Amino acid sequence: MEQQTIDRSAAAEFAADPKDSRKPDYLVLKDIVKDFVDGSGGIVRAVNSVSLSVSKGEFVTLLGPSGCGKTTTLRMIAGFESPNGGTIHLDGKDITQVPPFQRNMPMVFQSYALFPHLTIFDNIAYGLKLRGVSREEMRHDVAVASQMVNLVGLEKRYPGELSGGQQQRVALARALVLKPDIILFDEPLSNLDAKLRIQTRTEIKRVQQLLGITALYVTHDQSEALSLSDQIVIMNKGEIVQQGPPEEIYNEPKTPFVSDFIGNANFLDGEVVDVQNDKVTISVDRAKFVLPASRCPRDIASGEAVLLSVKPEAIRVTGSAGAGAELTGKIDVSAFVGPITEYKIVFGDGIITALQPNRPGKTHVHRSGEEVALEFEMESLRAYRA
Amino acid sequence: MSSQAIARARRRADFAQVLREPVVVITILAIFAMLALFIIYPIYAVFRLSLTQDGGFSTAVYQDLFSRVRYVRSITNSILLGTVVATLATIVGFVFAFAIYRGGIRFRGFFQTMAILPIISPPFMFALSVILLFGRNGLITARLLGLDTSGIYGLPGLVLVQTINLFPIAYLTLSGILQGIDPDVETCAMNLGASRFTVFRTITLPLAKPGILAAWLVVFVSSMTDFGNPIMIGGSFDVLSVQAYLEFTGMGNLPRGAALAVLLLIPTVMVYFLQKYIMGRGSYATITGKSSKRGKPNSSPALRALLTVFCLGITVIVVLFYGTIIVGSFVRLWGVDWSFTLRHFNYSWDVGLSTLRNTIFLALIATPITALMGTAIAFLVMRKRFPGRNAMSLLAMLSYAIPGTAIGIGYVLAFNVAPFRWSGTAFILVTAYVFRHVPIAVESGIAALKQISPEIEESSTNLGASSARTFQNVTLPLIKPAFFAGATFSFVRSMTAISAIIFLVSARWNHVTVLILAQTEIMRLGVASVMSFILILIIMAVIGIMMKLTGLKRDQVFSSGQ
Ligand SMILES: Nc1ncnc2c1ncn2[C@@H]1O[C@H](COP(=O)(O)OP(=O)(O)OP(=O)(O)O)[C@@H](O)[C@H]1O
Ligand SMILES: [Mg+2]
Repeated sequence: MEQQTIDRSAAAEFAADPKDSRKPDYLVLKDIVKDFVDGSGGIVRAVNSVSLSVSKGEFVTLLGPSGCGKTTTLRMIAGFESPNGGTIHLDGKDITQVPPFQRNMPMVFQSYALFPHLTIFDNIAYGLKLRGVSREEMRHDVAVASQMVNLVGLEKRYPGELSGGQQQRVALARALVLKPDIILFDEPLSNLDAKLRIQTRTEIKRVQQLLGITALYVTHDQSEALSLSDQIVIMNKGEIVQQGPPEEIYNEPKTPFVSDFIGNANFLDGEVVDVQNDKVTISVDRAKFVLPASRCPRDIASGEAVLLSVKPEAIRVTGSAGAGAELTGKIDVSAFVGPITEYKIVFGDGIITALQPNRPGKTHVHRSGEEVALEFEMESLRAYRA
Repeated sequence: MSSQAIARARRRADFAQVLREPVVVITILAIFAMLALFIIYPIYAVFRLSLTQDGGFSTAVYQDLFSRVRYVRSITNSILLGTVVATLATIVGFVFAFAIYRGGIRFRGFFQTMAILPIISPPFMFALSVILLFGRNGLITARLLGLDTSGIYGLPGLVLVQTINLFPIAYLTLSGILQGIDPDVETCAMNLGASRFTVFRTITLPLAKPGILAAWLVVFVSSMTDFGNPIMIGGSFDVLSVQAYLEFTGMGNLPRGAALAVLLLIPTVMVYFLQKYIMGRGSYATITGKSSKRGKPNSSPALRALLTVFCLGITVIVVLFYGTIIVGSFVRLWGVDWSFTLRHFNYSWDVGLSTLRNTIFLALIATPITALMGTAIAFLVMRKRFPGRNAMSLLAMLSYAIPGTAIGIGYVLAFNVAPFRWSGTAFILVTAYVFRHVPIAVESGIAALKQISPEIEESSTNLGASSARTFQNVTLPLIKPAFFAGATFSFVRSMTAISAIIFLVSARWNHVTVLILAQTEIMRLGVASVMSFILILIIMAVIGIMMKLTGLKRDQVFSSGQ
């Protein structure tokens, strides 16, 4: 069983007032632009006209590849960078020019940024001290916060004497103890090993829900984003490319970029051979696929080149390539990874990825070099203009 | 938007952030005001006087200078001396650093100590030793060799003394560089088939080249600006620093003294910034202190033996110089009557005690001010964006490059007149210490801040601390080692200062180094030895106490002495 590290009774003390939960437009970014000048005098547009609205109590994730401007956006919200254009409003107030130390938006840094010269207690109490909280109250709040993230007994140690996971929880407690309305995370889990990462992200989600805190979370790990978020904001090259709830982003990616980034989709070159009412026929090699128009670009016409995206889990590898099989491929690499087997399959001119679930006793792992028949789940296919 | 417009917008936004914190603004303004008053203004006064005649602008002073052989020769002498000493000291420093960090010699700890020890000596102490050993009544020249010569006065003596005095600077720079070279690179080259010498020639030397050049330049500046050694054993070998002093104080020819100081200042400032530029640009190896792995020594047994002999030779000289001072403190009359006596101590006690007390007192006042101001400047320069940020770091470092002679003359010209009239006060001496030594604290502060992720300070700000609070609660505690190392070294420098101080002392506030110089001039060498000996003991005690109290390592303290 998974170890439960969040103490619910402790958390109840810090919970936000539930009456204005889900208040819309709590944090609003409007047309935010940020340019940097790099060393050689060139202009880097790190963030380009980003607009975003976050409801109170919502968990919003900024997701995108490295260098797409996530951290920059978060740092502008925290006040460490000033936008070149646009405004940031919190609860109706313009905070664009408010200095960072007056914003009350604690941030959990990727490096944790714990104060190495202070004990765990003093680290957690740091923000309280600055707010002139009385000694008893401080002791009480720090105790509650440490209990909440399961740090009890470590208060007298220094950050250097803790494990990575514990340090991470100190960073979290240090932010939570301020009972903030909003909390910022910049890839807080990227320094943890895979297992701890999954455990901690569940904890973060649990705390956030229990306390009703608004969370803005930056990551480039799509599974983290999918599992944590109420809303995912996908960014690329400084711009928002799509935003919505995780299921929507996953099932209805608007662009090949999103499809690739969130689902690791395979892309096949195809050609539209027929358009009829709400049915579009696309040929890939010898095979033909019929898609509903809703999953094709608007006004697509016969003869146009398209990219057909297929999720790896939507490809079924069905035994050996018999005579009747419409689609066939040749296994290039097969990797058994426990619950699933991952195949790289030579298909047409390229290589596609397929994920097959393994069931005990029923699994046949195809070896590299085998010819196999393939089946695509039609519901998962989407076409994009090439 | 153009990149200039963006850069401007960013500067404006950053500055707006700074403006929101009055404490930061006030600190910046106060630092600028002080740098202007205590560095720019005195230097301006020196330039102004040297370029004025009969109330108007004139280059007459310089024309006159350049028409006289004596002054022209002091320029060429200074450059000659600087060149020779820089070359020798860099070689010695490199051999030491190489032997210790790459050569795999034994007794590394001992040699490390020997290579940095001379840094804490008063600048003229070795000159005194040389007079005792090689002077007219010198132990070696007169007693052992039976010579009646004063040949050590002048270039040969100066070269010997300054090389021993200054090679530690080269050593510190170069050992940083050599430690920064990843030993794996050398191992790899050898693995690829290079012989030991080829590795040295094609890898080690090229990687160390910027460091070698920088070390040479720093030693060159230090040699040119040295005052204590040349005034003691320069003899008829005139150099600029001494000439400026003699003209200014001895002859009372203020404009000519000022002009000589300017001629000394221009090359040193230029060379200093050239060195900064080279270190900033051309070093491949990062100078971040200790390397984690110790590479295999790149040397054969024969080479190791050679390196050991060389280091031992230099060590013998250093020990001999120190030993001479100690012995000199206890003999009745050097070269004539070798019987044991304590009378130099008695005499020193009577003559020097109050001066020594005052020297320590003033150094103790100046030290915390220097350290705090240097750390504040380092913090502002590294962590805040405001207009004039570069100017602040430049100005703060400038006083490192300005010869003490020029500062001393500048302070006299600027502050002995209305509205200040600070001559002869403790205040002017403390001020001189602070602004002469603030670069030490700035440098060690900057080096320490480079090691600390800005995110830690940002996280403090993010939790609600203003810049001043963050500095006090987070930055200062984190760079405490650098703070104390900087403080320790500025104390040492204040105790051993002479070139600027000699213009500013008074009967009420004298400095022990000036007293030692006076004793040497009247050939009371025993008393001069005693005072030097005591000065060294005090300095070592203070360093020892600081290391005990703060847990600083020796290397941390001395690395700020570069
Ligand atoms: N101070 C700066 N000066 C110049 N360019 C910068 C600066 N900070 C960020 N950039 C540039 O802005 C872009 C966005 O950077 P940002 O740090 O926001 O990316 P990110 O999405 O957080 O990436 P990662 O996932 O790697 O952390 C990058 O191209 C980066 O090089
Ligand atoms: Mg980032």
